[in-house]
Amino acid sequence: MNPGFAIEARGLSKHFGALRAVSELDLNVPRGQIYGFLGPNGSGKSTTIRMLCGLLTPTHGNASVLDTEIPGDARSLKPKIGYMTQKFSLFGDMTVWENLQFIAEIYSFPVAKRAARIEELLGKYDLVDQATQLAGTMSGGQKQRLALACAVLHHPDLLLLDEPTSAVDPQSRRDFWANLFRLAGAGTTILVSTHYMDEAERCHRLAILDHGVKVADGTPQELQGATGMHVVEVVAGDPYAAQAAIHGLDEVASVTQLGVRLRVLIPDRYDEPVRIVERAIAAAGMTAKVTVTSATLEDVFVAVTMKSPGNSQ
Amino acid sequence: MKSVSRIMAIVKKEVRQLRRDRLTFGMVVGLPVIQMLLFGYAINTDVRNLRTAVADQAGTHLARQFIAELGQTQVVDIVEFVATPEDLEKLMRRGRISIGVVVPADFDRRANDRSRPAVQLLVDGSDPTILGVANQLRSMQIGFDSGKAAQQSVGPIEVRPYYNPERRTPVNIIPGLMGVILTMTMILFTAVAIVRERERGNLELLINTPVSSTELMVGKVIPYIVIGMLQLALILGVGRALFDVPVRGSIVDLYLAATAFVAANLSLGLLISTAAKTQFQAMQMMVFILLPSILLSGFMFPFDGMPEFAQYIGEVLPTTHFIRLTRGIMLREAPLSELTPDLAYLVGFSLVAMTAAAMRFTKRLD
Repeated sequence: MNPGFAIEARGLSKHFGALRAVSELDLNVPRGQIYGFLGPNGSGKSTTIRMLCGLLTPTHGNASVLDTEIPGDARSLKPKIGYMTQKFSLFGDMTVWENLQFIAEIYSFPVAKRAARIEELLGKYDLVDQATQLAGTMSGGQKQRLALACAVLHHPDLLLLDEPTSAVDPQSRRDFWANLFRLAGAGTTILVSTHYMDEAERCHRLAILDHGVKVADGTPQELQGATGMHVVEVVAGDPYAAQAAIHGLDEVASVTQLGVRLRVLIPDRYDEPVRIVERAIAAAGMTAKVTVTSATLEDVFVAVTMKSPGNSQ
Repeated sequence: MKSVSRIMAIVKKEVRQLRRDRLTFGMVVGLPVIQMLLFGYAINTDVRNLRTAVADQAGTHLARQFIAELGQTQVVDIVEFVATPEDLEKLMRRGRISIGVVVPADFDRRANDRSRPAVQLLVDGSDPTILGVANQLRSMQIGFDSGKAAQQSVGPIEVRPYYNPERRTPVNIIPGLMGVILTMTMILFTAVAIVRERERGNLELLINTPVSSTELMVGKVIPYIVIGMLQLALILGVGRALFDVPVRGSIVDLYLAATAFVAANLSLGLLISTAAKTQFQAMQMMVFILLPSILLSGFMFPFDGMPEFAQYIGEVLPTTHFIRLTRGIMLREAPLSELTPDLAYLVGFSLVAMTAAAMRFTKRLD
């Protein structure tokens, strides 16, 4: 195992009956980085995270997480990882302070430092005013901050976050990511799953999952530079009619409407993508402004998930 | 050391949650009190004051004296006088009376004859208890000198009621009710304990912490053992204050027996909790244990009178063994050392169920 990696997975697979939730996943997560899992619901993100912390046994394949072999005795791993579940899993009928206290006790956090550590976390995660509030009565953003505070209380080397921002507003998401960067800066490795493109863009590296298969991985910049597609932007008076005109072309891989604009993906084996689009628009008796632009992560996502076997439309 | 502090963390958490759960808290106190009041006052197997009607076709002095003596037994409560036996049948069919007394026109002659019965009792035999009580009336003496005759007549068999000479039903019911109440509350609390955390999503968090299955199980059981002991004290207190139910044997023995019984029920509850997927399923499974525990444990009906098949089921249930222990200790002043088979069964049952529960509960989701 490469000591530079916090997680190394080889051929990790999980089948539930006939459903292949995760297939032959290879993964290298460098230490001290934020590694993203990008994929739609049901793409195998949660299943992978659960396998990596020992909650699910892989059907086949294996992984090494902080030098602990999976599958195997995951008990020695528990004190070293922090896990934030997709659904709020702290105790709604206990106060914020009691929840933190419980986590400190269950992780055998040194008694002498407990109170100071809890005070520190309340301050850092902006929960001072909620300390005596029942956790179940808090807002989505507050619950999420409490969950993160509980996940990091025992100073884990690895944080596994399963769609941590799915139930919070944009401002809370920004603050949450600021916290993640601070933790990564202090040396914590973070694996975070998401279906938000803007969050994926913030990761040091990311893997795109689709129907349990890893369809791409790399830094966001690498992925944007290697889509294998021209990205053509079309601004038309009637984008709906323009879409109908372009959609049927053999050369066009996908058309997505963004307000009055259309983003058209054309495989880079075709030359002059602008002319291909312009011809089709003209043939339909319309005019439009057609330009080539650079790929966003969303274009990457559309491009790579199109190729996977599950999406053969 | 770490293991102990983790168990204590779970115990503390359970107590905190329990304190805020008013309904459960109410059950701890309310259920025993309500059940004791209901069972203690409502159930009376020493039946008296059965509603009775009389068809006196003789109308003689002797017949009137007989009817008066019948009323004095307090077994019957004469509510109506009618003309014919047919009227009695009608009243019984309507459910107005349980017993009809037919005093025939030739009552005086029959009373002196003795070769033929003088009076006929029509009894609603659909309830065997009433039939049994009516049979007591057969020993009544009839005649002008009936008072003297009763004193003189000595039956061939003498019955000496031990342990409960006043034939008060609560004395028998309360020790059994203790078993039923503890079964109900203890199994219910733990049966939902794990499932509830699974439903609320807490379990995924818990199994990702360093806490082990055994630590989790033990931590969840400890607070309820304490609650079980408190309930026992409550039942004994109410039983003594309201129904004058004695504890003739050692109170320490009683608490030892109860500890084993509470542990058996809690382990059984945990086992249910690991098998059920939802709280509702856990409740359904509980009914399958609760009903036999009430009906087949010897609480409601004498164990010896049950068919062999039902006795086998009864022997499996912890409640059966506990009721034998409580009746033994509380009423017959038996020391625990004379009741070892039942105690051993409860201890064995706890160990087996607890082991099975810890084995079934893996720290995995698959």
